[in-house]
Amino acid sequence: MKNLKYTGMVIFLIGLAIFTTTPFLGNVKMTETIMVESLNEQELANLEQPLKEQLIDKEFSSTFGFSRAFIAIYNAKNEELKANEEWGKVMWTKASSVALNLSRASNNSVVTQNKWLFFLLTFGLGIFGSLMYIIVDLKLKGPPGIKNDGIYHDAATNRGWIGILTAVWLVTFYIVLYFHPYIMADAISLTDPIKGLFKQGAEASQWFLYGLLYCISMLVMGVRMYIKYRHNKYQIVRTTSVLFFQVIFAFLLVEILPLFGLPGRDLKNAMPLDYTFLYKYNIQELLDAGQFGMFLIIWGFVLSIIVVPTLVYFYGKRWYCSWVCGCGGLAETLGDPYRQLSNKKMWAWKLERWLIHGVLVFAGILTIFVGIHTFTSLSGVNDGEGVSTIMGISAFDVRDWYGFMVGAVFAGVIGTGFYPLFGNRTWCRFGCPLAAYMGLVQRFKSRFRITTNGGQCISCGNCSTYCEQGIDVRAYAQKGQNIVRSSCVGCGVCSAVCPRGVLKLENGPEAGRFGNEGPIVLGNDGFKLNQ
Amino acid sequence: MDKIVIIGNGISGVTAARHIRKNSDSEILIISAETEHFFSRTALMYVYMGHMRFEDIKPYEDWFWEKNRIDLKFDRVEDIKTETKQLVMKSGSSINYDKLILALGSKPNKFGWPGQDLKGVQGLYSFQDLEMIEENSKNAKRAVIVGGGLIGVEFAEMMLSRGIEVTFLVRESKFWGNVLPDQEGALISRHIKKHHVDLRFNTELDEIIADENGRAKAIKTKDGEIIECQVVGLTAGVSPNVAFVKDTNIEVERGIKVNEFLETNIEDVYAIGDCAQFHQGVNGRRNIEQVWYTGRIMGETVAQTVTGKRLAYNPGPWFNSAKFFDIEYQTYGWVFANKLEGEADYYWEHPKGEICIHVVWDEATGLFKGLNVFGIRMRHDLFDKWLREGASVDEVMANLSTVNFDPEFYSHYEKSIVDQFNKETGRNVELKAKKWWRNLIGS
Ligand SMILES: Cc1cc2nc3c(=O)[nH]c(=O)nc-3n(C[C@H](O)[C@H](O)[C@H](O)COP(=O)(O)OP(=O)(O)OC[C@H]3O[C@@H](n4cnc5c(N)ncnc54)[C@H](O)[C@@H]3O)c2cc1C
Ligand code: SF4
Repeated sequence: MKNLKYTGMVIFLIGLAIFTTTPFLGNVKMTETIMVESLNEQELANLEQPLKEQLIDKEFSSTFGFSRAFIAIYNAKNEELKANEEWGKVMWTKASSVALNLSRASNNSVVTQNKWLFFLLTFGLGIFGSLMYIIVDLKLKGPPGIKNDGIYHDAATNRGWIGILTAVWLVTFYIVLYFHPYIMADAISLTDPIKGLFKQGAEASQWFLYGLLYCISMLVMGVRMYIKYRHNKYQIVRTTSVLFFQVIFAFLLVEILPLFGLPGRDLKNAMPLDYTFLYKYNIQELLDAGQFGMFLIIWGFVLSIIVVPTLVYFYGKRWYCSWVCGCGGLAETLGDPYRQLSNKKMWAWKLERWLIHGVLVFAGILTIFVGIHTFTSLSGVNDGEGVSTIMGISAFDVRDWYGFMVGAVFAGVIGTGFYPLFGNRTWCRFGCPLAAYMGLVQRFKSRFRITTNGGQCISCGNCSTYCEQGIDVRAYAQKGQNIVRSSCVGCGVCSAVCPRGVLKLENGPEAGRFGNEGPIVLGNDGFKLNQ
Repeated sequence: MDKIVIIGNGISGVTAARHIRKNSDSEILIISAETEHFFSRTALMYVYMGHMRFEDIKPYEDWFWEKNRIDLKFDRVEDIKTETKQLVMKSGSSINYDKLILALGSKPNKFGWPGQDLKGVQGLYSFQDLEMIEENSKNAKRAVIVGGGLIGVEFAEMMLSRGIEVTFLVRESKFWGNVLPDQEGALISRHIKKHHVDLRFNTELDEIIADENGRAKAIKTKDGEIIECQVVGLTAGVSPNVAFVKDTNIEVERGIKVNEFLETNIEDVYAIGDCAQFHQGVNGRRNIEQVWYTGRIMGETVAQTVTGKRLAYNPGPWFNSAKFFDIEYQTYGWVFANKLEGEADYYWEHPKGEICIHVVWDEATGLFKGLNVFGIRMRHDLFDKWLREGASVDEVMANLSTVNFDPEFYSHYEKSIVDQFNKETGRNVELKAKKWWRNLIGS
């Protein structure tokens, strides 16, 4: 059995190694035809000359080398135009995305020639190996029950060297994905065959690769959740729910809707987490999409303003964070092995409150400004110029900055990349504005609480340790108080790991919700707290 | 202002200190020779098993003590001079007190077995035991555990988590036989065996055999069987840790003798937690109680007394809980290993044999006396109320759905429990629909 587990690990690592090597397997040569077909008019007018002189028909052994050369030319040209104040000619598309397109079109590597083969060698081996590694636990770890043995002895899960390496890999992956996607042009192309299943001949984008990887990671690690928590129906049902919403809503629908000429949108993405919803281009696109587009606009508002707080009132924010949300879904599957690494200290809680509410305020203001801007410019009240500044700063700059800092760096690089160092909910705990919004509702107006079972707590600390949100659950439980905290995502793991049956997630009347309103039952008849 | 000194930073001493601080501004000093900061003894096993780090089993962050003006001293008390109200410390210093609370805890029993002090032989009680067990279990292949109780099961789980095989010697004919009725004992025994523990009943330790380095290499049972092993776990119960108190004026029998106010024979000296022995058991309980909860309750109580509100120890209805490998156990009220005269009982077990409930009531009056439950969680608050107010067994059975505390979506067995109850006892209970539990409490 053990050997089977190791074999699985080796197979997974081979798949991972091949995936990681693909950027070095490129064979790039841009012909004139490719250049002409891939660039738009303005770019062509600007770049044709220098490209012909420096790049055309030159061979590169990686998309990275090629793109670096291209970006240098692109930027130099732009600098020149700006210096000459030829604003009309300046190119605004990101150099990196143009580079990615050109790389994709000009690449003729062993990967692009054998896409299916490489898909199987990377994704295929990865999935096969990791499932093998996971499934033997059914036998290896004994009868169903909480099996956290060795978590703090394992370098993968105690911030040891494996954890650090994993974090380095993940962070690198995110930086490449968000900022230098041309490096992974080969990796993107090996998902073309899958993209082709949706639409013949269509080419995958870096977001398709990411979406696919995301879903597959969740599914494979979802199997791990099913095995690990097979004795706990709450975990089983919840895991099924996040997998369903990710695969169907965030992935398949987004791919399938466009096939019918409809805008591909993730129907469960609520403001202000979805900060692009009110962007002019988005609303414009939806308006152009007829009835369904109109429905999406209305749904966007109804979801964020009515559905979200109502459901939080009845069930707590768990209905979203650990049942529906994609970020939460990844955290609850891929991130589950790292949940103990969240910081439980008082100072971390303070930091959390400042940061997350700061992001909420910021995202709120931004959403309103962007909304007004979009509304006024689309309705022709004016061209939108009048409201395009926030406190003297261009709203566009603020928007881009937010997208960069919060959308990419916080949610992606830190949020997921640092799973093995800071735990699996860094983004959800410190950064997500939607979580902050729902948290306020959960804290002040909700029927949800974690009930503490009288005086049964032995202060062992399992609940706090395994709280991915860094809540010191024990601090409440040992005093006989219920846990009502804005950050609780209701994953239910505190209740699962408690060896004394002390904690239960439940929805009930708001009265008595904190559990410390009257005398607390701790088993002492002589002396009662709060009497 | 009074200076209150507490010896022992376990649950009882620390609870006392916290509640004293709530009531008064006295100077508070906690002395311990075990660790600088309070930790949860019940969680020691999880550190060894890698579920948590040691710092995770400390219920309060290290700044807590200074913030609450609770002074800590890491030193051993060697003698208590009650006439001059002085403590003699191992470090050579001495400490004065106005009021002294003894919260000394227990130590593992050793019954004079030959070889009981060899290397590789140990109990599981203190932080030092945790360090020792790391050392002793290195390269070990088999451990023999002596004494079938809760700590023995924890010891076994710890060994198995590192791939060390376990032989478990139980003197009695069933597991935890002085506490659990036969049916529950059988259920837990099956579960322990399912985890590949070599569980031996009616087997007593005769001696522990040393190798040439003075390390345990095997044990011999009373039947003469020799079992090779590298670790021997002695988990045959604990007794009050009071050796040094015996030489003082404070009255000691097995534990430190106290009245119901937790006062010893010497004025201004109190004893709480595992080390206290009541002249007479309170509320029908044993006169020495060695569990977490009673330590806490005594701490809460004595804090009132030393801050001027003299209060008698008055614990509510008995409750306790534990976990045996994967099966959780809770108990409310009294279910004795052998039911008492005039008691009736009802036992239900799930066909798969890992969930059960055992209810006891007074045959004549139907008064509910207690319940054991394995594999289902139930609500303490409701049982506390029922037991205090003298609910009938019928009321308890009728409200099984409401008293259930399992996580959402779990399977429910109340219907089959009640149906079988009615069939076997001829009573006629109708299972009520699940209500919001606080409605039954009326608050
Ligand atoms: C492994 C294990 C698991 C357990 N599990 C459970 C459980 O699940 N549920 C439950 O209810 N109970 C459980 N118990 C029992 C429970 O832990 C004890 O009842 C409780 O900890 C006793 O607390 P206490 O404060 O009385 O003493 P202790 O926690 O023993 O504290 C006494 C302290 O005083 C110190 N001390 C003693 N003498 C001196 C001296 N002369 N100078 C300085 N310091 C001194 C000791 O070093 C020690 O630190 C468990 C016990 C063990 C060992
Ligand atoms: S896991 Fe359970 S017993 Fe342990 S500290 Fe938390 S609530 Fe208390």
